[in-house]
Amino acid sequence: MSRARRGTAPVRPPIRLFRNLSSKIAAIPMVLVGLGVFVGGTIWTVVYSFTDSRLLPRLQFVGFEQYERLWSTRRWLVSIENLAIYGIVSLVFTMCLGFLLAALLDRKIRFEDTFRTIFLYPFALSFIVTGLVWQWLLNPDFGIQSVVRSMGFPNFNFDPLYNSDLVLIGLLIAGLWQGTGLIMVIMLAGLRSIDEDIWKATRVDGIPIWKTYIIVIIPMMKPVFVTALVLVTSGIVKLYDLVVAMTSGGPGISSEVPAKYVYDTLFTRQNLGQGFAASTMMLVTVAIILIPWAYMQFREKRQ
Amino acid sequence: MKKTLSLLATTSLISAGSAACAVDLEVTHWWTSGGEAAAVAEFARLFNENTEHTWVDGAIAGAGGTARPIMIGRITGGDPMGATQFNHGRQAEELVEAGLMLDLTDLAEEEDWRDIVNPPSLLDSCTLDGRIYCVPINIHSWQWLWLSHQAYEEAGVDVPTNWDEFVAAAPALEEAGKIPLAMGGQPWQQNGAFGVMAIALAGIEAWEAVNVDQNAEVAAGPEFARVFEAAAEARALSARSNVQDWNQATNMLITGQAGGQIMGDWAQGEFQVAGLVAGEDYSCLPGLGVNEIISTGGDAFYFPKIDNAETEAAQLELASLMLSQEAQVAFNLKKGSLPVRGDVDLEAANDCMKRGLEILASGNILPDANQTLSPDTQGQIEDMMTEFWSDQNYTAEDAQRLYAEIIARAD
Repeated sequence: MSRARRGTAPVRPPIRLFRNLSSKIAAIPMVLVGLGVFVGGTIWTVVYSFTDSRLLPRLQFVGFEQYERLWSTRRWLVSIENLAIYGIVSLVFTMCLGFLLAALLDRKIRFEDTFRTIFLYPFALSFIVTGLVWQWLLNPDFGIQSVVRSMGFPNFNFDPLYNSDLVLIGLLIAGLWQGTGLIMVIMLAGLRSIDEDIWKATRVDGIPIWKTYIIVIIPMMKPVFVTALVLVTSGIVKLYDLVVAMTSGGPGISSEVPAKYVYDTLFTRQNLGQGFAASTMMLVTVAIILIPWAYMQFREKRQ
Repeated sequence: MKKTLSLLATTSLISAGSAACAVDLEVTHWWTSGGEAAAVAEFARLFNENTEHTWVDGAIAGAGGTARPIMIGRITGGDPMGATQFNHGRQAEELVEAGLMLDLTDLAEEEDWRDIVNPPSLLDSCTLDGRIYCVPINIHSWQWLWLSHQAYEEAGVDVPTNWDEFVAAAPALEEAGKIPLAMGGQPWQQNGAFGVMAIALAGIEAWEAVNVDQNAEVAAGPEFARVFEAAAEARALSARSNVQDWNQATNMLITGQAGGQIMGDWAQGEFQVAGLVAGEDYSCLPGLGVNEIISTGGDAFYFPKIDNAETEAAQLELASLMLSQEAQVAFNLKKGSLPVRGDVDLEAANDCMKRGLEILASGNILPDANQTLSPDTQGQIEDMMTEFWSDQNYTAEDAQRLYAEIIARAD
């Protein structure tokens, strides 16, 4: 600037905003949609969660009333608890099983392609189909229980979907059956990207195979684990269709989940304010998990 | 020659004009089970035969809970259908308030709906600020205990004639390996059964105090304590019934696996389809055989406002047709529900329907809970009821306390 004032040839630095102009123009619609639909929709939802809107939205503010009612509603508390239990168990099991299956397939077994296809196939089904299939399999009068009983074990009992204490196990079985295959494939890709020389080196050093996995391979696969983690977690938070197809929240309210509470209050119960309050709470929960993670990711990049 | 020509021209003009007026009217509803679909087909047939318009069937599979959000979404989203089903009562209240529904008052006055519709409370549910916005088409009552004669014969006991006998006969049924009370696991069924027991056991005054005046003290009082205890008893009797849908539960009665079921009069359609005869193969106890009262819930049709004079004319024609004597008889015989006008002759009705008609004529009627409580309150009660019915350790006292709290908050 000072040089320009003295009258020397003005060599203007290129304005940052105009760099890659065409790609920026191309991105404008996407940015607008993102801002309008996601950010705008989120703000709208949060604002209306403080109103007493019923079937149609109206701006009649009632403070935190919807939130007070939400947190004193048993069904919501049960939903949160269910999601937490389902989330933790399903996270641990999908990651462990996914990695275990991938590691086994990676041992250069015969028919690897066949096994990989079999494990991945359930992922091609929607949660609704998965839920219906397992609803029949777990039905005590037609499914596993009746088959085992007819084989000569008349006292065999296995009806998780009709027992409030076991219903989450039923959901987990179906959820794991559907989701583990994908994680296995991702892990397998990660394992394949590990250099063959590393295996040779550990063999020369005489490190047992299981130890190699734990101290060498798994740390090297960190990015793969992060990807898998994000995929599994986002699947857990939006858990809805599996529950609707398998139990529709029953027996009683023992398999309710937050997303279903939101849908039911918004649409069948015609209480927008309450539904928005619940969905805002879901957003807050996701934010609590995601913000520290995103913060860490960005800090690492800056370093 | 010239005259004939002009005559021909006029007639062709008239026919062309009337052809232009023919409207394809989309009608949405959630009647998809066998008897229901046959009943709604009667409306379609009469509409196609008697008017130049065409009925476009917009059945939405799944129960009302699935269908209503879709309907409301279409109306509020600016893609309204020609006509749509709702239950009598408060489900469409806000849509009417928002001015999204066609005002039928002129037609209603012209055809004297006030005098025709019986009971008049049905038309009141369609009325907002003195204007009429829907056509009630049938009456469904919840207050029936259905009994399987086969189950009682095989257990070697007489078919009960009231709730106390029903409870007393239960051990014999259980000994014979049968389930005394069939009950689907869905919240609306459990809540409905409780409502029936409340009217029968707590009495009309207490029921009205809670459901109409929303009096929480009565809900917490001794009359309802009795109901909750009876419900806990019924819960034990239905402990082994592993079904979800109401028609699966009814099927347990038809096959003699279960003794009884508390369910609305639509269950009758299932018995009929199975070829069972009322009074011989199954019997029905209105009001659990204690209080012979029926509630007058049911279905009504609303006509979303569409800015097109021709469509509006077709909507009014359909509204008028649905309430006509011919349509009322044809529809309700197939549906197993009661007609909304007292001046039609249902000779073909079976014993159970005739009992319903008698009770209706004698005026022992109550509004349906859907007419008096908002969907929000109903939903909260359903949540509480389904937990209570599916958990044998949930005590009657706890359930009653929570119930009174919900009633106190009701709007």
